[in-house]
Amino acid sequence: MNTPTSTFTSGVDQVFLLIVGISVVMLALVTVLMIYFVIRYHRRRHPKPEKVTQHTWLEITWTVIPTILVLVMFWFSFSEFRKMRDVPADALTVQVIGRMWDWAFEYPNGKRTDKLYVPLDRAVRLELKSVDVNHSFYIPAFRVKEDVVPGRQNFLWFRPQSMGPADIYCAEYCGQNHAYMMSKVIVMSQSEFDTWYNEGAPEPESGAPAVLALMDDQGCLTCHSVDGSPGAGPTFKGIFNRRTVILVNGREREIAADEAYLRRAILEPNAEIVTGAAMEMPASPDPLSAEDVDAIIAYLKNLK
Amino acid sequence: MSHSNADGGALPSYLEVSGRRTGILGWILSTDHKRIGILYMSLILGFFLVALCIGLLMRLELLLPGPTIVQPNTYNALFTLHGVIMIFLFIVPGIPAMFGNFFLPIQIGAKDVSFPRLNLASWWLYAIGAIMALLSLFTGGGVPDTGWTFYVPFSLRTGTNVPLAVLAVFVMGFSSILTGLNFITTIHRLRAPGMSWFRMPLFVWSLYATAWIQILATPILGITVLLVFLERLFGIGLFDPAKGGDPLLYQHLFWIYSHPAVYIMILPAMGVISEIFPTFAKQKIFGYKAIAFSSLAIAFVGYLVWGHHMFTSGISDTSRWIFSLLTFIVAVPSGIKVFNWVATLYKGAIEVPPPMLFALSFIFLFSIGGLTGFVVGALATDIHIHDTYFVVAHFHYVMFGGVGIAIFAALLYWFPKMFGRMFRYRPFFISWVFIFVGFNTLYFPMFIMGWLGMPRRYYDYMPEFQIWHQISTVGSWLLATGVFIFFIYFVKSLRAPRGAPDNPWGGTTLEWRVPSPPPAENFIEIPTVTAGPYDHHGEGDA
Repeated sequence: MNTPTSTFTSGVDQVFLLIVGISVVMLALVTVLMIYFVIRYHRRRHPKPEKVTQHTWLEITWTVIPTILVLVMFWFSFSEFRKMRDVPADALTVQVIGRMWDWAFEYPNGKRTDKLYVPLDRAVRLELKSVDVNHSFYIPAFRVKEDVVPGRQNFLWFRPQSMGPADIYCAEYCGQNHAYMMSKVIVMSQSEFDTWYNEGAPEPESGAPAVLALMDDQGCLTCHSVDGSPGAGPTFKGIFNRRTVILVNGREREIAADEAYLRRAILEPNAEIVTGAAMEMPASPDPLSAEDVDAIIAYLKNLK
Repeated sequence: MSHSNADGGALPSYLEVSGRRTGILGWILSTDHKRIGILYMSLILGFFLVALCIGLLMRLELLLPGPTIVQPNTYNALFTLHGVIMIFLFIVPGIPAMFGNFFLPIQIGAKDVSFPRLNLASWWLYAIGAIMALLSLFTGGGVPDTGWTFYVPFSLRTGTNVPLAVLAVFVMGFSSILTGLNFITTIHRLRAPGMSWFRMPLFVWSLYATAWIQILATPILGITVLLVFLERLFGIGLFDPAKGGDPLLYQHLFWIYSHPAVYIMILPAMGVISEIFPTFAKQKIFGYKAIAFSSLAIAFVGYLVWGHHMFTSGISDTSRWIFSLLTFIVAVPSGIKVFNWVATLYKGAIEVPPPMLFALSFIFLFSIGGLTGFVVGALATDIHIHDTYFVVAHFHYVMFGGVGIAIFAALLYWFPKMFGRMFRYRPFFISWVFIFVGFNTLYFPMFIMGWLGMPRRYYDYMPEFQIWHQISTVGSWLLATGVFIFFIYFVKSLRAPRGAPDNPWGGTTLEWRVPSPPPAENFIEIPTVTAGPYDHHGEGDA
């Protein structure tokens, strides 16, 4: 499988090779000279140290030449970096929402996905938002990365140069499942993309109730399983009327998770948190409607 | 360097003179700078070995993809612990607390530091901070899982015991500040007659530059972690965006300390190398003033580069290129030092016993760490490798390959002086082979993984990274073997018979003119200094 590239890939790689090239020469120079001196002037061969006069010109030389070299390296890397911040006006803008621990993508027409679909050779601007903690949006194949910080809207852009899927990682540590906060960017031809972009929402998988898709979209299922397996939060399986110890204003209290409690837990997740939970529950990216909350509670009641 | 005869051979050494108290109290309540140095050493090296074992567990977990020995939450706690212990309990206090305390007064011809009781208080603050850090593991919500950087808002939201851990860092910060204060005063006020600024050993110069960073930068860390503590307890909203706070404010404050802290770690290591090279090359150091001034230059410019830790955080493009430019500039004085050290070997009469072998490998490993700093400091490439294994490899080459190796060199170089005993060379040569080979096997694959896009602080990884992770894990076993051999024979050598000569290596600085081990107040009579250090040709002031 060929990994796709962006217009930045080769430029960044060239800067990398320039820096590594200069570094290897410097390292070799220092190391070879050092080893040569240790052998040549070892006490066995050279028992009496000779007086070496201080040499101002030599010191000026090895100050000036490295200074020029570092400025050269700085300049090439800076020129390449400038392109990364100069977004073309015709770029397709996609909203990226990072949350513990998955990515969501929102297109201008309201289409919402968990993978990033982009057309070949078209500039794509990503606006990065977080609903909980710091994340970092990283596509190694495209050589782009920018932190996703709550309360800010950072951006990055790229122009894909070849087709195919590439990995998206979270590069800023964000808790338990940081290593699993992954997705894919899928580069398609413009016509494929247009077809995909204009088709309606995908049919829910047969058998999966719509409410499950809603809960997946809201991110509930990242931490709360429906089959009893452990996660960052308590499992939904058998949650209705489960005896639960919660913290209210710092006091522990045992309650049954009835309908009223479940409603409060969805709408104000951190008012009454279950003791022993690894962390607070992040807020939902977009507020749920009253019908959605009813549907979720109805679903939870029957999840035995 | 010549001075009046200070033959204190008839006096009991600091190991025998315990002050008014005896036994363990004679140590933990001693105000003798040498005893305090040894107190620090026992704790600091103990913590180093603990954090090393935690590192081994992390590498073992990464031997195979998926769960191997621990769950994700445990792994996250392990790398947090590894970082917190290695940074705040081992490498920041490291050389100044162990060797600075022991040798700074002797090298400038003083009987002690300016404020001996404050010095003891600094050790107690360090010990109390360390106990608090240990308590934070077993109390509250359990082992912190934030990484050593305590980034908000995660550190505000996680249920683990962040408040006690940051309070421990706060307390240990005072230890660092007070030690810096003590060293600066000592260097200004207690130099022996004739010990002018440019006759001071370069180790003293490096401690002087370091002490200014400790005084000026550490309070910022103290305030920052205190604010995290208060925000956790009272929900003030300085950093939490949900309450109108700014996560980037935290990052700025944190790195305004934590970048200069890198120089708190590396400058004294450079000072150690500047001592060892002239001694074993029997040669005057090349470019004494260049090395001394480059320490000050690094300490100063090092304040202005913190933003390179935030190149992808969303700071303005202008500040990104300014921080990048300054980062490239700060590399120059480090390069100058490396050239000067290598030039010092020219036409010397070089011997390579274990301390010199470690010092020579410092040059190689530190150079790799420094040069890969260009890749990290350059904007275009940093965007790609920021927060990947490339960064992990880079700072381990600087911190472990640089500072850690310099600590091994210093332990061996000053061993005869500190304990009055010699060690056999062979076990330390063997340990060096394991350490050098193991180190590169462990960390070099991380450069490759990082360039291929492997993010750091990952419990799990994609199959394409497996081969590099496995090589790296094997390296961790080799490295740990070497370190264990080193410390087993270090402890064994402590039981060797006394009888180290006063000057086993032919050093020229003042510590080699006092008995091994030194008497309680170092000198019977304060020496008068008539020449600069490293005078291997008996030429006086040249």
